[in-house]
Amino acid sequence: MRPLLLTLTLAVALTAGYVLAQERRLGLKDGPGRAQVEAHCASCHSLDYVLMNSPFLDRSGWDGSVSKMIKVFGAPINAEDAKAIVDYLNANYGKS
Amino acid sequence: MPSRRLFLRSAGGLVLAAGGTWLEAQVHAAVPDPPGLASLPSGAVASGDLEAIPGKVPLIKRSWRPPNYETPLAYFAEEFTPNRAFFVRYHLASIPEIRADQWTLRVGGDAASTPFELNLEQLKHDFPAFELAAVNQCSGNRRGLFEPHVAGVEWGVGAMGNARWTGARLKDVLAKAGLRKDALEIAVDGADGPVMPATPDFQKSIPVWKALDDNTLIAYLMNGEPLPHWNGFPARLVVAGWTGTYWMKHVTSINAISKPFDNFWVKTAYRIPINRFPIVEHFASQMTDANEPITEMVVNSLITNVTPGQAVAVGRAFEVKGVAWDGGRGIASVDVSTDSGRSWRSAMLGADYGRFSFRSFSHMFTPIEQGTLVVMARASNRAGATQTMELIHNPAGYHHNVVQRIAVNAV
Repeated sequence: MRPLLLTLTLAVALTAGYVLAQERRLGLKDGPGRAQVEAHCASCHSLDYVLMNSPFLDRSGWDGSVSKMIKVFGAPINAEDAKAIVDYLNANYGKS
Repeated sequence: MPSRRLFLRSAGGLVLAAGGTWLEAQVHAAVPDPPGLASLPSGAVASGDLEAIPGKVPLIKRSWRPPNYETPLAYFAEEFTPNRAFFVRYHLASIPEIRADQWTLRVGGDAASTPFELNLEQLKHDFPAFELAAVNQCSGNRRGLFEPHVAGVEWGVGAMGNARWTGARLKDVLAKAGLRKDALEIAVDGADGPVMPATPDFQKSIPVWKALDDNTLIAYLMNGEPLPHWNGFPARLVVAGWTGTYWMKHVTSINAISKPFDNFWVKTAYRIPINRFPIVEHFASQMTDANEPITEMVVNSLITNVTPGQAVAVGRAFEVKGVAWDGGRGIASVDVSTDSGRSWRSAMLGADYGRFSFRSFSHMFTPIEQGTLVVMARASNRAGATQTMELIHNPAGYHHNVVQRIAVNAV
């Protein structure tokens, strides 16, 4: 079921309320790009997806994940932010 | 169908829950790796707390939003998984809470001549009710145990459960809609959906022959109770034998269609390489030369009562217990080894609740000398398929049915 666009802003705001308390417990590592990760990735999913999928993806693995979010799932992320996100994920949650 | 008003009320309810039960019910504890298999990614272990969401006992949290929660091992000691412990799996984070008296199901499509709508009372009373014991297992159960790891929800062994499902047969509902001969697939949508409008909505289709199978239900009871919200209230599809991806939750529409369903979740996601797994049922209208939709579950088992490193007494009988299941051929045997696979003995099988159910097994053995013993269990089905010793790798991390090897100490 695809919710009406009109409801989305409200829905996201309210949904964010109930998960925020949970998600605040998860502090992603500090570093360049963290703000972009929090701003973009957390629009649709909690950031424990990042921690859960670590540390086994290399740069091309993270690049593939971010690219899938943009191309397949329609995440509105520009190229500059996408690069910052991949850099951050690779540096902090990449294959060690 | 959830209205905007309905959705907002449900979201509000969840906000309240955030200040109350949700937080208080949390139990933070390290969750051990599933016994006798590879390790989860260390990040998945670090974030895999035991947490309770409304209506559920503490489950292993894989992700908060969308909610993905795994059933702890202890609940598989019995054939039937309690509703409150049954795993939770969503792809997309917009999940309305549906009121039974406001729910309607639309049945139609271009290959149905008499489309109609029905409510929950009509679903319960206008069609004969059937009960079926069946395993609902996520396609990606045990993905976290793949070596090398693959991206996705990093499940251990608990993205599955077995329940008694009660509902109307899908074929009876389709008959009322005037299913035409040119129907190729049955496409199903549920009330859950994407946060972003550009994200493909989660919808699935099944071949019409599978929809007409007596064991495909629109279920409204689970273990004799209404479905928990997180498991698809008020009604979900039960596609017995096939992986959970087809068991659409919060069903809102069912369409008989004459062409292959064009949707990301069918055409691109949930695919397995051709000819790599011993499966019987295929989704012919969605196959390509390279891959095909995942369909039935592969034969598998889970040892439920043996802990790695545990002490067992020399000269005293020790029981190895667990459950086995497959994609609907039925479990033929479970063999147990206590010597790293050099020799195998047939375990005793428990009560038979039907070919789609968990089948329990039990084997007694008595260690005769001190040292390390490796306990293994290997299930086989009535089609002659058996569990694998080595992982059959595939890009999305499906069909993990590697035999466990649990080392214990005879003392």
